[in-house]
Amino acid sequence: MEVLDIIKPENQVYCKTPLMTDATLSYCPGCGHGTAHNLTMEVIDELGIAEDTIGVAPVGCSVLAYDFMNIDMTQAAHGRAPAVATAIARTWPEKYVFTYQGDGDLAAIGTAETIHACNRGENIVIIFINNGIYGMTGGQMAPTTLEGMRSSTSPYGREIKTMGSPIKMTELIANLPGVYYATRQAVHTHKHVRKAKKAIKTAFENVKNKKGLSFIEIVSNCNSGWKMTPNDANIWMEENMFPYFPLGDIKVNGKLK
Amino acid sequence: MTEEIIIAGFGGQGVLSMGKILAYSGIMQNQEVSWMPSYGPEMRGGTANVTVILSDDRISSPYLKVYDTAIILNQQSMDKFEASVKPGGLLIYDPNGISSHPKRTDINIYQIEGNRLAAEMGNKKIFNMIVLGAFLKIKPIVKLENVIEGLKKSLPERYHHLIPLNKEAITKGMNNPIPFEVEKEIFHN
Amino acid sequence: MSELKLMKGNEALAEAAIRAGADAYFGYPITPQSEVIEYLMSERPEQRTGMVVLQAESEIAAINMVYGAASTAKRVMTSSSSPGISLKLEGISYLAGAELPAVIVNVVRGGPGLGTIQPSQADYFQSVKGGGHGDYKLYVLAPASVQEMADFVEDAFEMAFKYRNPVLILSDGLIGQMMEKVVLKDQKKRLTNEEIIEKYGSWAVTGKKGRERNIITSLDLQSEKMEARVHRLMKKYEQMEKEDLRYEKILCDDADYLIVAYGSSARISQKAVELAREKGIKVGLLRPITLFPYPKKPLFELADQVKGILSVELNAGQMVEDVKLAVEHKVPVEHFGRTGGIIHTPEEILEALEQKIIKNGSVRYHKTRESSIL
Repeated sequence: MEVLDIIKPENQVYCKTPLMTDATLSYCPGCGHGTAHNLTMEVIDELGIAEDTIGVAPVGCSVLAYDFMNIDMTQAAHGRAPAVATAIARTWPEKYVFTYQGDGDLAAIGTAETIHACNRGENIVIIFINNGIYGMTGGQMAPTTLEGMRSSTSPYGREIKTMGSPIKMTELIANLPGVYYATRQAVHTHKHVRKAKKAIKTAFENVKNKKGLSFIEIVSNCNSGWKMTPNDANIWMEENMFPYFPLGDIKVNGKLK
Repeated sequence: MTEEIIIAGFGGQGVLSMGKILAYSGIMQNQEVSWMPSYGPEMRGGTANVTVILSDDRISSPYLKVYDTAIILNQQSMDKFEASVKPGGLLIYDPNGISSHPKRTDINIYQIEGNRLAAEMGNKKIFNMIVLGAFLKIKPIVKLENVIEGLKKSLPERYHHLIPLNKEAITKGMNNPIPFEVEKEIFHN
Repeated sequence: MSELKLMKGNEALAEAAIRAGADAYFGYPITPQSEVIEYLMSERPEQRTGMVVLQAESEIAAINMVYGAASTAKRVMTSSSSPGISLKLEGISYLAGAELPAVIVNVVRGGPGLGTIQPSQADYFQSVKGGGHGDYKLYVLAPASVQEMADFVEDAFEMAFKYRNPVLILSDGLIGQMMEKVVLKDQKKRLTNEEIIEKYGSWAVTGKKGRERNIITSLDLQSEKMEARVHRLMKKYEQMEKEDLRYEKILCDDADYLIVAYGSSARISQKAVELAREKGIKVGLLRPITLFPYPKKPLFELADQVKGILSVELNAGQMVEDVKLAVEHKVPVEHFGRTGGIIHTPEEILEALEQKIIKNGSVRYHKTRESSIL
């Protein structure tokens, strides 16, 4: 058998979802965004809802998500994606609406929009990438930056006394009655990828069943912001981020775990 | 015909609703109307006023400095608006709670004892309708039947059973305005 | 059947929004325009027409909800008052940048800061000179009556969709709070989702069924692309000037002097014109109905006829700059206005006209001219 025979479509066992465009990802090598994008698009593809899905990506590393996600997308102002998504979901209740937000966007400048969309139980999915830093603007402190962690605006490490504690957004919003599903996942190993995809699928199924808001935090690395190699960043994430932001479901079927 | 009116008193006296009924009555006889209230926290317990204009022509300014008629229901409003009545115009007021009576001699002044009459009728809420009646007796700019039609329009249906009482109050007011002579009052003081 | 009612400006606007077939309203309470959302909530528009009404957690959330619904080509509006509009400006800039149709209502109160809840026109600059960041314009309608508060809602939606640009209805506390007779139009049918997709499928994000995907964004990281976007916007604004300028001339034909005023000031100025004519002074009124585009040409032409122009505004002097630009120094132009929520009376306006224009006008004109030559 020749190589050309092997790569015939009928012999193909895995292919890139058509919901990812052919554009080269603008994310740093080793960043979790690419995987999180891909998982989201795979789920939408597998559920057959691509033609009825509208994505909202606000400001942050994923501001250009619409270059990569091959569906209808709206780019939102910094922090405002849950408000934008609220209006789309309210005026098109039969559509699938999701936001894709970073930690600065969701847990700092957009805290009010996040909490109130969750509290109203908007029938949407929020995908929250938490890498503990402002990646796009060059490594400034985020609301989720860990204690002692250095960033360009906490050059001697985050000091709790003056800068506050890293905020656990998922635990916070899980306490709101409007939230039906809240979970924290990661995408740096195969095992975690499989679990994260399952969680994303559950979230979109919740939208279909009009269950209210599903909130998926993905703890990710930011190797360039953290100034580490991708592999070291993953190890550092497991050793430092996971103890503070423990993985797993926080609220399932409207009930706290 | 154009009639420019200021109604002023305490919030809760029915100042705004009196103006509203007057405006509705104007609509009932195909006139142009405007109703411009003072608004905001100053109204809560403080003074409230509303400028009402009824006209056969398009109304230009809904906000005025001088008026054909001032309907005054408390002392603060007397202090503020007595000077704003056009020469030859009308000032009508309830003497209840008024310590400093009007002094102008170039306008027509009437008293209506709305508070006392309302108490006699056993319903303080119809006070403003008594005052309105007195005004309409002196200046019949709208017909009584149009006022009743206006009431029907401005009141929610669940209050329509109160319309006969309101009509009674207006009639009461019509029978009771007392011309007020400034010189005499000064002499007595 | 059209219907005659006595309504507050704010209520008329809200009712007109339902009848114009609006799909959604998102807002946050602020005096003096809270009646808009109060009225909408009490009318149960969800049951009447299927219109969505939601009280947002903030002004910022409200304008971004507008952005969301507008990106799907729904007919969406919001309303607020001055400090609230300041908060919304980022979102308004995004709407203009992303070329989205939306209707924004500002029932202006006095400022700066928390200012006063009483009427004002001090947001003129904010409304017509940008306000938010970047090169953009809003199509700005200035109602001067309760009837226009109602009528302009539908006009605003029409313009918003014609140009895919946000439209501002610039009212104020006086027009919002006063009651007048208003003739309400018949209920218009809301577009169905299928109709929206058919009409606006070329750009709106409604799910990519049967077409290539759509993207709504105001971001162009490539400078050439961004400049092309700005040029496209400027073309639209030029077209607005050509096709959709609106103004009203009152008693201008024989006027020796001219008052320029919009909104509530135009109403009060009209009375000043009447008072002036009773005194034998021939004064006319030019009322801009659109503040952008601005009636530059009619003003330029009237400047050949009148001896002086008074710009009457409830502010410390804003629109007067546009009047001066329009008449190109042909005649003296002065400003008169009250601030702090005080409303000028017709008598005050007439006095200002006599003092600032009739008495001093021509003298000052020559002085200015000489000094500019020197």
